[in-house]
Amino acid sequence: MPYTPENRERALRIIARYPERRSALLPLLHLAQDQDGWLSPDAMAEIAELLGIEPVEVLGVASFYTMYKRDRPRRLVVSVCTNVSCLVNGAGQVHEAVAEAFAADDEILVEEVECLAACDAAPVLQVNYEFHPVAGPEAAVALVEEYRRGDRTARGVSGGRALR
Amino acid sequence: MSVTETRIVTRRLREHPDAHTLERYLATGGYEALRRALQMTPDAVRDEQVTASGLRGRGGAGFGTGQKWSFLPAGVHPRYLVVNGDEGEPCTFKDHMLIEGDPHQIVEGAAIAAYAIGAHHAFCYVRGEFALGIERLERAVAEAYDAGFLGRDVCGSGYDLEMVVHPGAGAYVAGDETGLLSSLEGGRAMPRIKPPFPAVQGLYAAPTVVNNVETVATLPHIILMGGDAYARLGVGRSTGTRIFSVSGHVRRPGNYEVELGITFRDLIEGLAGGVRDGKRMKFFIPGGASSPWLLPDHLDEPLDMDHVTQNLRTMLGSGAVMVFDEDTDPALVAWRLARFFAHESCGKCTPCREGSDWLEKVLFRIAHGRGRPEDLDLMLSFGQTIVPDLDRTPFNQTTICALGPSTMSPVVSLDRWFRDEILERCGADRRRIPVVPA
Ligand SMILES: Cc1cc2nc3c(=O)[nH]c(=O)nc-3n(C[C@H](O)[C@H](O)[C@H](O)COP(=O)(O)O)c2cc1C
Ligand code: SF4
Ligand code: FES
Repeated sequence: MPYTPENRERALRIIARYPERRSALLPLLHLAQDQDGWLSPDAMAEIAELLGIEPVEVLGVASFYTMYKRDRPRRLVVSVCTNVSCLVNGAGQVHEAVAEAFAADDEILVEEVECLAACDAAPVLQVNYEFHPVAGPEAAVALVEEYRRGDRTARGVSGGRALR
Repeated sequence: MSVTETRIVTRRLREHPDAHTLERYLATGGYEALRRALQMTPDAVRDEQVTASGLRGRGGAGFGTGQKWSFLPAGVHPRYLVVNGDEGEPCTFKDHMLIEGDPHQIVEGAAIAAYAIGAHHAFCYVRGEFALGIERLERAVAEAYDAGFLGRDVCGSGYDLEMVVHPGAGAYVAGDETGLLSSLEGGRAMPRIKPPFPAVQGLYAAPTVVNNVETVATLPHIILMGGDAYARLGVGRSTGTRIFSVSGHVRRPGNYEVELGITFRDLIEGLAGGVRDGKRMKFFIPGGASSPWLLPDHLDEPLDMDHVTQNLRTMLGSGAVMVFDEDTDPALVAWRLARFFAHESCGKCTPCREGSDWLEKVLFRIAHGRGRPEDLDLMLSFGQTIVPDLDRTPFNQTTICALGPSTMSPVVSLDRWFRDEILERCGADRRRIPVVPA
C-alpha cells in the first residue's frame, strides 16, 4: 500500500532531516510497516521513488534487517528472546508455548529473537516492540491473548515510533 | 565490608521515576554542563576535560575518548558525531536503561561531544527494538530544540547543532562502528575495512566520531566535576565508573554502576546477591558474549580493563556479566552463543560467514548428545582461519570486523575450562548414539 497523505507528509519531513536523502531509508521502512503491518512491494516502490533509488535496492536493504517483514500483513509480532540469560530462565518453554498457542492465527507472528537488552527481567518477550517480563509459559500465552482480544492496545508492528 | 554503587551516570534515573522529563532534568542540574562547556574552547573541552579524565569508550573496545577525538583531521568540514545506541551484545542492557530512563543526559552529552569536535550535525542511532527508548529520546531532542539547547545558536553561544534520532532495524552488526555508518547511510549494515578509520572517512566519507551511549552520558559529569577529579576515580588507566549489567542465575540481576577496580566478587556476590537457590557458580562471562569466560577462581580479580586483558586473557568488553550455576551445561551456552554469531554474521568475510555456521553446527551436536571426540580440536583447528593465534589477547583476526574473532570465544572457553568434561561426554555419547550430521 502507498503511504496515506498524512504519512507521506511525515516521510518528507523525515527525509529533510538528513544531509543525504538515502539515510532516511530505515525510518521510512518502519513508517510503512507501521502503517500496513508489513512491507508490501508497493510500499517499497514508493520509498524507492521518494529516495531516488531502485526498488531492488530498497528490497536489498530491507531483507538484511530482522525487524522488516515482507511475507504478509500482521497485526501482532511477538518476539521471544531465547539468548542465554533468558534461556537459563526458561525461555525455551515460553517460546514453544506461545508459538503453539497462536500457530493457527495468521495475524500473529511468533518469532525467536536475540537478546533484547532486558536480561534482568528474563525471560522477556515483546509484543509489537513493547517489553514484557513473563513469569512462565502460561503467563506469556495469557498476555498475548490479551493483545489478541484487544484488551491491551498494541503499538504498530514496527514499534509505532513517534517520528517527528 | 559491604560494597556500594557509585552512582554518577545512573543517579538521576535511580532517584527519580520521571528522570526522562525535561522538567526533572532541569531541576536536577541538567544542561548546566553544556552551558559551561560552551564557555570553554572546543580544544579545552577535549584536552583539559575529556582527555584529562582518562575516559575510555564504554562500547566495548575501551579506546581513549579524548584521543579518538584528536584523530579528526584539522580543518575538514562537515564532520559528524554519531552516538551508538545499538546495544546488541548479548546480556548488555545498560544503554537501553540510559536511553529510556535519562534521555536528556544523552542529548546533553552528545551536544558537548559535538561542540568539542566541531560538528554541527549529530545522529543518535538507537536499536530499532527500543520503541519506547526511541520515543523518549525523540521527545528529549524536540524539547531540547524548544529550550534552545539544540538548533541555531545553542544557549546564545553562536554554536549551531542539529540532532537526529535514527532507528535501527534489527542487526547486531550495526553496532560495529563502520557497520553502523553503512546502516545510517541507508544500506545494509556491513562493516568496512579500516583504514580509513571513521575519524578520517566516516559518515558520507566525512570525518566522524562514533561514541557509545554511556560514553557520551558520562561527559556532562566530567565537565561538572572536572576532568582531573573524574580521573581520580577508578584504578590505573580504568578511570571513573562503569555500568555493569549482571544477569543469569543471580539473586538480583540488574545494572550496577561501580567505581572501576572493585572485584568481580563485589559485583556478583555483593551487589547482585550471588548465585540463587543456594547453588554454586560454574562459570561466568565477564564482558558480553564476545569475551572468553572465567571461573569462580577468578572472582577476586579487579574490574580493571587492562588487568583483565593482560592477565586473564579476556576483556571487560561491553560490561555484561553473565553468571551460570553448577547445573548449567557449558556446551549448551556455547552453542546458543554460536547460533547468535552465525545468525548475525553479515557474510562479507568468508572465514566469519562459513566459520560461524560450522561452529554452530558442531556445537549443536556436542550440546545435543551427538559430539565426536575430535570435535573440540576440529573447531580449534578451523577456527584458526578466523583467529590465526588463539593464544593472543585480544584475538587477532582475518576478518573486517571483530564479530569474526568473537565467534571463537565460546570455543576457546570450553577448551580452557571444560576440555575434560566435553571430551568425556563426546566419547561416551559416541558409543551410545550413531553420529548423524546435525
Ligand atoms: C559486532 C560489533 C558490535 C558492536 N556493538 C556495539 C554496540 O551495540 N554499542 C556500542 O556502543 N558499541 C558497539 N561496538 C563497538 C563499536 O564498534 C565502537 O567501538 C564503539 O561504539 C565506540 O564507542 P566508544 O569509543 O564510546 O566505546 C560493536 C563492535 C562490534 C565489532
Ligand atoms: S567479520 Fe563477520 S560480521 Fe564482521 S564484516 Fe566480516 S562477515 Fe561481516
Ligand atoms: S538474554 Fe533475553 S533479554 Fe537478554
